[in-house]
Amino acid sequence: MILLQGNEAVAKAAIAAGVRFFGGYPITPSTEIAESMAKLLPKNNGVFIQMEDEIASMGVVLGASLAGRKVLTASSGPGISLKQELIGYAAAAEIPVVIVNVQRVGPSTGQPTAPSQGDVMQARWGTHGDHSIIALSPWSVREAFDLTVKAVNYAERFRTPVILLMDEIVGHLRENVELPTDIEIYPRRQPKTKENYKAYQPDEDLVPNIANFGEGYHIHVTGLIHDETGFPVGSPKVTRDFIDRMHKKISKDIIEVQTEFLDDAEEAVVAFGGTARTAYQAVLNARANGKKVGFIRLVTIWPFADNFFANLPANIKKLVVAELNYGQIFYEVQRTFKGEVELCAKYDMTIFEPSEIEVCL
Amino acid sequence: MIERSYEKFFRQNRLPHLWCPGCGNGIVMKAIVQAIEKKGWTQDNTVIVSGIGCSSRASGYMDFDTLHTAHGRAIPFATGIKLANPALNVVVITGDGDCTAIGGNHFIHGCRRNIDLNVILFNNNIYGMTGGQASPTTPLGKKATTAPYGSIDPPFDACNLAIAAGATFVARSTAFHVQHLVNMISNSFDNNGFSFVEALVQCPTSFGRKNKFPTPASMMQWFKDNAAMKPTEGKFTIGVLHSDTAVSYNDAYYDLISRTCC
Amino acid sequence: MYQLRLSGSGGQGVITAAIIFAEAAVNQGFNAVQSQSYGPEARGGASKAEVIIDSNPIFHPHVDKPDFLLALTQKAADKYIQDLNPNGTLIIDSDLVPNVPKFENIISLPITNFAVEKVGKALFTNIVALGVLVKVSNFLDFDTVKNALASRVPPATVEQNLAALNLGFGSV
Repeated sequence: MILLQGNEAVAKAAIAAGVRFFGGYPITPSTEIAESMAKLLPKNNGVFIQMEDEIASMGVVLGASLAGRKVLTASSGPGISLKQELIGYAAAAEIPVVIVNVQRVGPSTGQPTAPSQGDVMQARWGTHGDHSIIALSPWSVREAFDLTVKAVNYAERFRTPVILLMDEIVGHLRENVELPTDIEIYPRRQPKTKENYKAYQPDEDLVPNIANFGEGYHIHVTGLIHDETGFPVGSPKVTRDFIDRMHKKISKDIIEVQTEFLDDAEEAVVAFGGTARTAYQAVLNARANGKKVGFIRLVTIWPFADNFFANLPANIKKLVVAELNYGQIFYEVQRTFKGEVELCAKYDMTIFEPSEIEVCL
Repeated sequence: MIERSYEKFFRQNRLPHLWCPGCGNGIVMKAIVQAIEKKGWTQDNTVIVSGIGCSSRASGYMDFDTLHTAHGRAIPFATGIKLANPALNVVVITGDGDCTAIGGNHFIHGCRRNIDLNVILFNNNIYGMTGGQASPTTPLGKKATTAPYGSIDPPFDACNLAIAAGATFVARSTAFHVQHLVNMISNSFDNNGFSFVEALVQCPTSFGRKNKFPTPASMMQWFKDNAAMKPTEGKFTIGVLHSDTAVSYNDAYYDLISRTCC
Repeated sequence: MYQLRLSGSGGQGVITAAIIFAEAAVNQGFNAVQSQSYGPEARGGASKAEVIIDSNPIFHPHVDKPDFLLALTQKAADKYIQDLNPNGTLIIDSDLVPNVPKFENIISLPITNFAVEKVGKALFTNIVALGVLVKVSNFLDFDTVKNALASRVPPATVEQNLAALNLGFGSV
């Protein structure tokens, strides 16, 4: 057991998962991730570079990813807004990359040191155009480690940007953890043939096996919509097929939801990230007072757990969504759950007290 | 028939290119592959990175690993490639809007770091792909669709900017001075650090028609008449404008790794 | 479960003291969470660090009713005294908190002065305070705290830090 900070756990996990390149720019409350990577990467034959801004931080990691490195970048608030342009590029050009967002209060400069969960919809739709995205949200330091490893693996498996949607609560929290020693790593996908090689030809799982730069394949990578050769084509069919595949390639088997006490529950609290810790305490308190309350925690935020909410057992009549924002995941739950849904929102720089969630029940 | 040995560096199935008749971009693109051939770099160890704009379409025609990035962002992507795999030779193709407007911050910081990239600026003094808007290198008084009464924006001298920001090789040439251009580019490849070559190119469609250059040839004639090998009053200088030695960022970083790792 | 709040102003090192306390607790087999909750009070240079120690899993990560409150400024003492568990203990710097809040169990010591006079620098105020907290809270093994301290501070300062810790521990 060691005492470890959430942000530091992300850096340790990234190294364990094979990340060997980090580009970033300082911003509270994510800076400790960059600082940890600056210490760890050179010792592990990896590259750390502090860039001139957040746009460049995205560009540099995408270049490094194309050259064969597993890559990570991290930021918060305004920095994540700046990254959106090239998050879209990574989605279109299918470049593996993990972006950590340690959320703080926005909009704009907002409250730089205070916790928030206001970037849920930005994680989904922050860059322009139809695209798929994966976002994972840890509630503990140990899970910050585990989900960082998963994020790196998903980025490689699906060749897609993956967002680790942290919040200041977990990012700055120190707690006791036992780190895993046996870590499963998804290797960089490799071309299966050199003859008539088409860089963007999808494999059976709809994900292409794109060669790294410098391996002799002479591939072309572009943010323009392209066909399986990778070259741009101004065709309605190619465009439709491309956008279809972007969405279909993200397998639904990555959707994780933690549930507790649903068997007898008449209502349940839905939460994610650091807020879920308080929500769980609130559920324990309510049950101690004889209320039949369940607990639902979203581990995977995007793709959203549509089927899970659509198929909740009939004993659950009502869901209370507790989130540190003006209401974001609430609308997704309302869209997918047949029963009553209530929003328990907080957006005043401070985290929930358990009692503040209990009154929503 | 004379064998054109550099043709293997082009993706024949992607040609002809989309540039207008009389455009200078093809001349610079050819000069780049001739310089690559001269230097002895191969299709396997060379990466071409471009931004967005007319010139940046060149990457699609060149048979290497090629990366057509987002507007202004070629230098950060190229920096990542070079640092991730220093064995690769990285050439950046960019335009005046791409490099000195939307990508200006990346440009000066690339120069400051002195990372070993070879940046070739196709400077046509205009936004060509979007139809002729003023760029940061449009000369004072010249017309553009967004400067219909003549530009009042003082222009950048991209070479001076590169020198001031710390680039260790800076040169200028034009689409008229073809052999000189090839030499400037191949000399830039010899520099282990941030190299910048500004190639002036004619844009007959979007710049020339609005600014009293009736034909592509008249623009090339202007390059011929107004370029000088030495600083000359009323003319622009071509040739190597700056060269010095400083440790490249990639060498400094891998030295750091060798001191801390393994 | 024990809840601790360490408060003062920026530069007094309360966060470092909280981290070392939490680390010692973890090394002793407890669960621990440590956080800095920056609220509006962060303006004006206020600094607050919290530690929760429990043998059961800890979910809600913030302290609501501290059992031990360390206040190194008057402002911090005035602000947080209302949260303190009535059976808890208030530890104040007697020079920096001249208006002593009304509370039953108060330990008032010239903590900063100890650091300056007996260890040599105000820099060690937080570690003197840590020594006091360890003694008063009385559930951490002193050697475990010493080890946690030694591993968290720069090697060249270990001796002075241990002196500061002993000083605080022995002063109550």
